[in-house]
Amino acid sequence: MISTGLISMAYIAAMILFIIALSGLSNQETARRGNWFGISGMVIALLATVLGVVSKNYVELMLALVVGGSIGLVVAKRVQMTAMPELIASLHSLIGLAAVMVGYANFADSAATHTGVALTIHDIETYLGVLIGAVTFSGSVVAFGKLSGRIGSKPLTLPGRHLFNLGLLVAVIFLGYLFVAQSAAGGGMLPLSIMALIALVFGVHMVMAIGGADMPVVISMLNSYSGWAAAVTGFMLNNDLLIVTGALVGSSGAILSYIMCQAMNRKFLSVIAGGFGGSKSKAVAVDDSEQGEVITINANETAELLLDAKEVMIIPGYGMAVAKAQLVVAELTSALTAKGVNVRFGIHPVAGRMPGQMNILLAEAKIPYDIVFELDEVNEDFPQVDVSLVIGANDIVNPSALDNPDSPIAGMPVLECWKGKTSIVLKRSMATGYAGVQNPLFFKDNTRMLFGDAKETLTAVVGAL
Amino acid sequence: MKIGVPKETHKGERRVATTPDVATQLLKLGFTVSVEAGAGAEASYTDAAYIAAGCEIIESAKDLWAKSDIILKVQAPEADEVSLLHSGQILICFLWPAQAPELLNKLSELEVTAIAMDSVPRISRAQKMDARSSMANISGYRAIIEAAEHFGRFFAGQITAAGKVSPAKVLVIGAGVAGLSAIGTAKSMGAIVRSFDTRPEVKEQIESLDAEFLMLDFKNEGGSGEGGYAKVMSDEFIQAEMALFAKQAKDVDIIVTTALIPGKPAPKLITAEMVKSMKQGSVIVDLAAEQGGNCELAVPGEVTVKHGVSIIAYTDLPSRMAAQSSQLYGTNLRHLLHDMTPQKDGEVVVNMEDQVVRGAVICKEGKITWPPPAPTLSVKPKKPVVAPAPIVAEKKKSPTGAIIGAAIAAVALLAVGSVAPADFMAHFTVFVLACFIGYTVIWNVSPSLHTPLMSVTNAISSIIVIGALIQISSEDNTIKWIAVFTLLITGINMVGGFAVTHRMLNMFRK
Repeated sequence: MISTGLISMAYIAAMILFIIALSGLSNQETARRGNWFGISGMVIALLATVLGVVSKNYVELMLALVVGGSIGLVVAKRVQMTAMPELIASLHSLIGLAAVMVGYANFADSAATHTGVALTIHDIETYLGVLIGAVTFSGSVVAFGKLSGRIGSKPLTLPGRHLFNLGLLVAVIFLGYLFVAQSAAGGGMLPLSIMALIALVFGVHMVMAIGGADMPVVISMLNSYSGWAAAVTGFMLNNDLLIVTGALVGSSGAILSYIMCQAMNRKFLSVIAGGFGGSKSKAVAVDDSEQGEVITINANETAELLLDAKEVMIIPGYGMAVAKAQLVVAELTSALTAKGVNVRFGIHPVAGRMPGQMNILLAEAKIPYDIVFELDEVNEDFPQVDVSLVIGANDIVNPSALDNPDSPIAGMPVLECWKGKTSIVLKRSMATGYAGVQNPLFFKDNTRMLFGDAKETLTAVVGAL
Repeated sequence: MKIGVPKETHKGERRVATTPDVATQLLKLGFTVSVEAGAGAEASYTDAAYIAAGCEIIESAKDLWAKSDIILKVQAPEADEVSLLHSGQILICFLWPAQAPELLNKLSELEVTAIAMDSVPRISRAQKMDARSSMANISGYRAIIEAAEHFGRFFAGQITAAGKVSPAKVLVIGAGVAGLSAIGTAKSMGAIVRSFDTRPEVKEQIESLDAEFLMLDFKNEGGSGEGGYAKVMSDEFIQAEMALFAKQAKDVDIIVTTALIPGKPAPKLITAEMVKSMKQGSVIVDLAAEQGGNCELAVPGEVTVKHGVSIIAYTDLPSRMAAQSSQLYGTNLRHLLHDMTPQKDGEVVVNMEDQVVRGAVICKEGKITWPPPAPTLSVKPKKPVVAPAPIVAEKKKSPTGAIIGAAIAAVALLAVGSVAPADFMAHFTVFVLACFIGYTVIWNVSPSLHTPLMSVTNAISSIIVIGALIQISSEDNTIKWIAVFTLLITGINMVGGFAVTHRMLNMFRK
C-alpha cells in the first residue's frame, strides 16, 4: 500500500503525460514519441492504483489484464489498415460497456457512503455514466456493423423517428427522477436497468438512422461520447485523473465531429437527426438523361496522359480503401516521380469513413507524407494541374456542391479537379456516391472515365508505364 | 457493305476522306474499304499505306463508284461525279444543302441516301462527328500561320542586344471554334491577343485562353442564336461594334475575322476605311471569305495587298493542312459510321429516330428530308428564371439568443453551486479546465493524424480501468467479477489502442 499523496502525485504525472501525448500529434515527427508518453502515463496510473487501492484478488486482476491485453495486441497487429474505422468503432464500444459496468458495480457497492445532496449528485453521476456508456456501446456496435458491411449503410428512417427519440428522452428523464427518489430509500436498481435498456435502444436507433456518408461524423461523435462517459465516471468515483482524461477525449471527439461537419457543410444536429446519405431522389429532380455522354479511356491511354503530364494530382476516396489499391497507387507514384512527374495527393477531410483514413492508407503504402496535402492547400493549384486522378471518390469532387443550390451537398467544400486540364475518374460503374447525387464532373469535356476495379485498372496503368 | 473513297476532284482540294488508320477501324466494323489510286497522295498517305491497312486500291474512279455501297468524300460531288452515283448508294460528305439546292434535287432524283457532314446537329453526343468543328479548328490554327508568313515581324516581344522588339497585337473577331483556335495559336506564339464576340457567354472561354475580351459598352443584347451560333444584331449594336473595330484597327497588327451567321452572307465588319487606318505591313485573315468575307476588300481565294495591308482570304485553309485535316475528318466519319452500324457487321442502318442521323441525312432513298425538325438543344437557352430567394436564408445569429443561453447556463451553474458540496466543485473546476486544455491541444493536431488521434484518445480513455480496480477488491463476489470483466475489456482497449496507434504512426515517413 502506498499513501494517498503518492497516488495523487502519480495521477498528476499521468494527466500531464496524456496531455503531452495528444499535443505530440501536432506533427508526424513528434507523434511517435507522444504515443510513448501516453503509454507511460497509463502504466504509471495503473501501477499507482494497483499498489494504492487494490487489497486482494491480484491473480484475477493480472489474469484479466494479461488476457485482455493479449487479445488487444493480436487484434492491433492483425487488423488491415483498410479496416481501421471498424476497429476504432469496436474499441469505442468496449469503453462504453466498461462505463456501464463500472457504474453498476459502483451503485451496487457504495450506495451507503453518501447522504443528502451529495447522494443525489452521486446518483445523478452514476445515472449519467451508465446512460452515456450504454448509448456509446450500442451505437458503436451498430457503427461497427455498418462499417464492416454486416449492416446495410442506408439510413433507417422510421416514420416519426424524431417523436420516438423524444419519447425515449422523456422516459429517461422520468426514470432518472424515479431512480434518485428510490435510491434515497435504498433501492433504485430497477429504474437504472430499464434506463440502460432504453439507452441501448436509443444508441442503436441513432446510428441506424445515419447514412454511410456521415460515418466520419458518427465515429468522431462516439469517440467524444466515450470520453464523456469516462469523465462522468470520474465524477462518480471522485477521481480527477478520470475526469481530466475523459474531458480531453470528449473534447477531442467533439472537435473532430465539428471539423467533419464543416467539411461537409452540414449542421451537427442534422447529422444526428439522421436520414442523410440515402438516395433521397426528390431533391435531385434533374433529368439525368440530359447530362450528356461520358468519355471513357483505357489503361494505356491513361498511362500516356500521365507520362505527358508535369503536374499530377491524385484524389483518393473510399473506393481506394474498398479496392485496397493503396499499394498500387504508391507504385504508380514512384514510377511517375522517377520519370520527373510531380505527383501530389489532395485529401478531402471526409474522404473515407473516418477522419484521416486516407492519410493512414497512403502512409501504409509508404507514400511520403510531404506530398500529401489537404483540401485547402491544393484547391487553388488545380488550374496548373495537368492530370487529376480521382480514385474511387465521388461526392468530394462534385461540382454541383458549388453551382447547384438545390443539391443535397450544396455548399460542401469540394476538390475542384475540373479546373485542371484533364481529370481521370476511376470508378466501378456510373453509380452515385453516398449522397445519392449525380455527379456532373463525369460529363465534363475534360473528364475521362476509367471503369473497373481500381486495383486492377491501376495495375494495368503501372504496367503500361 | 463496301466503302469507296474516291480521289477528290474539286480544284485545289488535297484532303482525302479516309486515312489508313481510320480504314483499319472501319474494317473492324465489318466494312470492306476500297480507295482510288492516289487518293491520299496529296495528304501524304501513300497507296502502299492503304494496302498495308487492308484496303483495296482501285485504279479507275468509275469502277470505284460503281462497286461501292457507301461513298466517303470530303467535298460535295462535282457534276461528273454526280453522274457516277447510282440508286441506293449512300453518299457521305460536305453537301451544304442550303447553298446548293440543285445538287440536293439531283441526289433525290438519283434515289441516293445523302448524309451531309455539315448538317450533323451540334449536340454534345455528336461532338465526335462534328466535322465542321474539326475543320474550323484547323482553319483557326492555319489562319495564324498564314498571318505569320505575311507579317514581317516576330509575334513574341523580345529584348535583344540589337534592341527591343514589341510583341504583335492580334485581334480575333468571333470566338467560335476557329476563333478560339486562332486565339490559342497566336497566344502560344507570344502575341498579345484580344477578341470580340457578340455572344457574351464566350467571354469566359476567351479569358480561359489568356486573351482579353473586348467589352462593348452597350445595353444588354445577347447575340446567341439557335445552336450556339451568332444571330443578326440590331443596328445600334452594329454601330457600336463598328466603332470598336475602327478603334482597334489603328492599334493592332493582325486581324483574324471568323464572323459567320448560318444561312446568311458574312457580315461586313472591316471596312475599306479601317484597312486604310491600319499600320503598314499589317495582316488581315478573313476566315469568312467563302461566304463573301468579313472584310470589304477581301478577294475570296486570294491574298491581296491593299493600302499596305495583306488581306488573306483563302477559302481552303483545312486543305492546306491536308494530312491533319484528313485524319480528323476521317475520324469524324468513322464515329458517324460506328454509331450507324449498331451490329458491327458492316451493315449501315439509317435510323431516322436517332437525332444525329435525322439531322445529317438530307435525302433518304430519293426522298428529301432536309431541313430536319428544329434540334432540341442539350444546353437549353437560359430562361430568365425568377431568381429564387436565397435558399439558405442567412439566419443572423441573434445576440439575444446567445445572451439568453449564457444566462440559463449561469443560473444552472449557480443553482448547482449553491447546493453542491465543495468536493464536487473542486472536481468540476478540474473538469472545466481539462475541457479547455483539450480544446487548445486538439486544434493543433495535424488533420493527417486524425485517425491516430482517435485511436490514442480511445486508448487513454481506458483509464476508466481505475473504476474497475477500485471495485475488484470488493467483498461482494458479483461486484468482483463485474470488475474482472471490465478489466478484461479495458485491457483489450488499452493495449489494442496503443499498439495500433504505434503501428500507424510508424508508417508515416518523409
